[in-house]
Amino acid sequence: MARIGVFLCYCGTNIGGVVNIPRVAEAAKAMPEVVFVQDNKYTCSEPGQLEIRNAIVDKSLDRVVIGCCSPRMHEKTYRKAVESAGLNPYLLEIANLREHCSWVHGNDKDRATSKAIELVKMAVAKVSRHESLFPKEVPVTKRALVIGGGVAGIQAALDIANSGYEVVLVEKQPTIGGRMSQLDKTFPTLDCSACILTPKMVDVAQHPNIRLITCAEVKKIKGFVGNFEIDILRRAKKVDETICTGCGVCMTKCLVRTPSEFDLGMRNRSAIYVPFPQAIPLKAIIDTDHCGHFQYLRERQEGRDVPDCNICQQTCPAEAIRYDQEDEIITERFGAILVATGFKTFDHSAYGEFGGGRYPDVISSLQLERLMSASGPTSGEIVRPSDKTHPKTVVFISCVGSRDDNKGRSYCSKICCMYMAKQSIMLKEHDPDVQSYIFYIDIRAGGKDFDEFAQRAQDEYGVLYLRGRVSKIAQEGKKLIVYGEDSLMGHPVQIPADMVVLATGVEPNDGAPALAQILNVSYDTHNFFVEAHPKLRPVETQTDGIFLAGCAVGPRDIPESVAHGSAAAVKVTALFSRDTLATDPMVSTIDQMRCVGCLACAEVCPFNAIEPQVLRDGRVVASVNESLCKGCGLCVATCRSGCANLKGFTLQQLLAEVNSLWR
Amino acid sequence: MTTTTVIPSVSREFLLAVQQESQQNVLRCYQCGKCSAGCPLAYAMDLGPRRVMRAVQLGLKDYVLSCTSIWICVSCETCSVRCPREIDIARVMESLRMISVEEGFSPAEKEVEIFHRAFLEVIEKRGRAFETELVASYSMGGVGALRTSMGNIALLPGMLSKGKLAIVPPSVSGANDVKKIFAKVREIEQRETSGGSE
Amino acid sequence: MPGAYAYYPGCTQESSAKEYGESTKLVCEELGIELHEIDGWTCCGASSAHTTNHLLSVALPARDLQVAEEMGMPVAVICAMCYSRLKYASHELNDPKTLALVNEVIEKDFQNTTQVLHLLEILDKERIPVRKPLKRLKVVCYYGCILARPKKVTHFDDEENPQIMDRLLGKLDAVSIDWGFKTECCGASLTLSRRDLVRDLSHRVLEAARRAGADCIVVACPMCHSNLDMQQAGIAEQHGSKADIPIIYFTQLVGLSLGLNPGRMMFDRHFVDPQPLLREKGVI
Repeated sequence: MARIGVFLCYCGTNIGGVVNIPRVAEAAKAMPEVVFVQDNKYTCSEPGQLEIRNAIVDKSLDRVVIGCCSPRMHEKTYRKAVESAGLNPYLLEIANLREHCSWVHGNDKDRATSKAIELVKMAVAKVSRHESLFPKEVPVTKRALVIGGGVAGIQAALDIANSGYEVVLVEKQPTIGGRMSQLDKTFPTLDCSACILTPKMVDVAQHPNIRLITCAEVKKIKGFVGNFEIDILRRAKKVDETICTGCGVCMTKCLVRTPSEFDLGMRNRSAIYVPFPQAIPLKAIIDTDHCGHFQYLRERQEGRDVPDCNICQQTCPAEAIRYDQEDEIITERFGAILVATGFKTFDHSAYGEFGGGRYPDVISSLQLERLMSASGPTSGEIVRPSDKTHPKTVVFISCVGSRDDNKGRSYCSKICCMYMAKQSIMLKEHDPDVQSYIFYIDIRAGGKDFDEFAQRAQDEYGVLYLRGRVSKIAQEGKKLIVYGEDSLMGHPVQIPADMVVLATGVEPNDGAPALAQILNVSYDTHNFFVEAHPKLRPVETQTDGIFLAGCAVGPRDIPESVAHGSAAAVKVTALFSRDTLATDPMVSTIDQMRCVGCLACAEVCPFNAIEPQVLRDGRVVASVNESLCKGCGLCVATCRSGCANLKGFTLQQLLAEVNSLWR
Repeated sequence: MTTTTVIPSVSREFLLAVQQESQQNVLRCYQCGKCSAGCPLAYAMDLGPRRVMRAVQLGLKDYVLSCTSIWICVSCETCSVRCPREIDIARVMESLRMISVEEGFSPAEKEVEIFHRAFLEVIEKRGRAFETELVASYSMGGVGALRTSMGNIALLPGMLSKGKLAIVPPSVSGANDVKKIFAKVREIEQRETSGGSE
Repeated sequence: MPGAYAYYPGCTQESSAKEYGESTKLVCEELGIELHEIDGWTCCGASSAHTTNHLLSVALPARDLQVAEEMGMPVAVICAMCYSRLKYASHELNDPKTLALVNEVIEKDFQNTTQVLHLLEILDKERIPVRKPLKRLKVVCYYGCILARPKKVTHFDDEENPQIMDRLLGKLDAVSIDWGFKTECCGASLTLSRRDLVRDLSHRVLEAARRAGADCIVVACPMCHSNLDMQQAGIAEQHGSKADIPIIYFTQLVGLSLGLNPGRMMFDRHFVDPQPLLREKGVI
């Protein structure tokens, strides 16, 4: 016979204003196994909790029911209170008399009270069958994996490393730096992007706690928070990184020319190349798709004879070329994973009305950044790609691939209004004769000093802002005729431009959905990773131990990405501040005596928490990994022989709840 | 010429009627102006497609049904295919034309409406568009129509000599079917306006 | 493989666009494409129907689609407006309620299985035996505003930069120049009521063709032809330009390249005679 105490909360007037608490108390007194009933205006308060603790001790209670607000609010608090009175914290059940009752039945007090009584009755019946539960302790591997070497990933890696923990930073490209390394200047300060980023990149390279692996991707994950086991695929650069000095002689000797990805096709690079002069690591890599030697090998396999090329191998002063270097899988253990895979820009060839990518002088904003950059394809001279002349009339078009359902991108990319202002200011700085026009719909300049910056473009740099979208660009001889509208005057406008810059939107990098699938974290319809809570948990995912930072989550600018990286780093170091982790004891159990080993539960488990286990007698049964189990109950619903049960929500407890309604 | 729009005395019923007729959610329009920017006839319109959409959003029934824009629009669909909110603006224009005629507004471009009416009269009668009769019927639709028609007089000799004007009406075996279609459509509309369900 | 089609000529074939219809028939005959004119076909409603009455604008084309369904053949159409109306009707009739209502109007049991193709789509799949190549004649292909739009109804080609006519002209050894006015409206049905606007819009198209360096404009729509050709003298007067750009139907050029008698292409019916140009270029 249990000794159940029932504590009812008025919750101010939230519950008490609708539910007749005294009536519920009267009914509770008559419920089976209830030996004590008390009410309180604010049970969660200090005195309220004290009352509960005292009652447990004085009345020798061994089970507690609290009729109050949603367990999401105070379950943790009440568990602590119960525990401090010497009772196992899981011998507690909460009847939600607020969200499930008073808040939704405010206009029918009588029936709300009847419902409250039933809710308490169910809780009493359930808690009577509760058993003590004990969380397990698992050790924490204090090493972090950061996926993505853009500014968010770099910041996070540095913060975690500076807190004294080991970090492995995995980057898909041959160098870290991400989008920021392609920029010329940053808004609103007009800092040189490379100047503020490269010190951080060098810190990463030199930090004793950071191991950098480039040309690498995460391929497989096993395990759970504090105990992940990850397979990292490191692609062969065909160059021995320990010997290569990044001198660049190979680039001058290589005969192949292919469009440079870093310069977005505005310049060519060789097949063996160092990505850019400030690359970290400053090592060469061979693009085997275009390299003469690998082409020779492919052709030879097809039975065709073409000349071989070994020029880089022959001329490398450090003898660092390794044609037969293989890809390798590196398996490492980590306690936490931080995803910072960043973004790419929208491919504007989807807009047929803007030329569909056919007009050489219609370029994307990132391409303009490369033109403006001193280390770019034209050494910082802004010229038209078609004929290398200086453009005098430049038109910017906002929201290309953003706020556009027609192209499947309904969201705002946030940074474009600011970078258009920046780019138009920079154009004027490069050439005082340039006149820029910016077609916009709205100006989004919410950050610190942002609005003033956007205004400066108009006040001081003479940029003409025209409110209205552009319908079409037509190539007429050397000019690009832009057909737009100034909606503030209500007139259609036409501008014969020398160059058109499209403010292409932000979208996640190509590998993001595949990575999300591997890690088992959520992503949305636009392939951005989904946070655990958009307001209150911006750097965590629903999966414990996996954190997020930067533009992988949504469009954001550099200050936000940096802040984000640091925030995620703190979550990681908080995780590492303990040597062990307590796991939630409300997990599934399998009655292995009755389990027939059909493993249907393993198939439906969304967390891969169930595995086959071979018993001593040779029988195969299901076995739950309690650290991975989230207590969702799918296995319980699936098991045909009823031997899967969820601790804290056992079949017996749930049936008792249902049965209690008939008494 | 500007008018002061007093809110909230604008007609929400009008907005709903236009949405119902056109099957488009006019409130989705965020006034970006891509439609007006690409409309080949915007330069000749008083409002342009963007402002027409705005007028409907504000429920300015009289204002929009008496504008020239809805009659100058030729449904080239440039606006509809480029609209980032995926609104079929040409369809909204169509609905505004229909509602304007239904409600007895005098079309701001009289000759355009006369042309369409003449065209339909001819095909109802003949089953096909008989251009000679179309021009004649149009010219008789009003003084303005006659004037615009006379403007083409210089082309007449050329058209006749090149055989571009048929003198004899076509003989169409399906003509009767067309008459029946017109009659049936009228009948169904009568049914609907006198309380039938849509 | 050339096939058999239910042919929908469109109202202008009997008068102002006769040369389009005639050259179509001759070309198809030469290529072995069978055209079976839809018996008793009636007007598609053009812009006037859909401008004033939605149900009418679907019912009128539906009538012809149903006759073609009985014939058991896909419909071949040459006028861009007719093509658009027939396509729209097929599209709208995918809705069972609309289909039921329209069947009530046309008093038939149409199943909406008829396929509608523009002649350009049919020729795109055919081998054209070019016997008299067009000697690098410089053309611009003018599709007009409604052939390619909206893509989700017509499924014709790319909305902003259609290539189907350009490909065809390329096969005939003409040079199809890329230009920005492929799908810009000529003024359409405003010819009688607002001729000034038609002249403005058509003038823009003609000027763009001149700037692109084209010898002539190739069209696939009788309305476009009429606005650009018949009105060209008036445009020249209004805008101070010259009436010197011939407007030619693509079927006429296909006919010439197949070696058919130029006289049968009915060039005399054009207001801006293409024959001097074609003679100068050695095409005829």
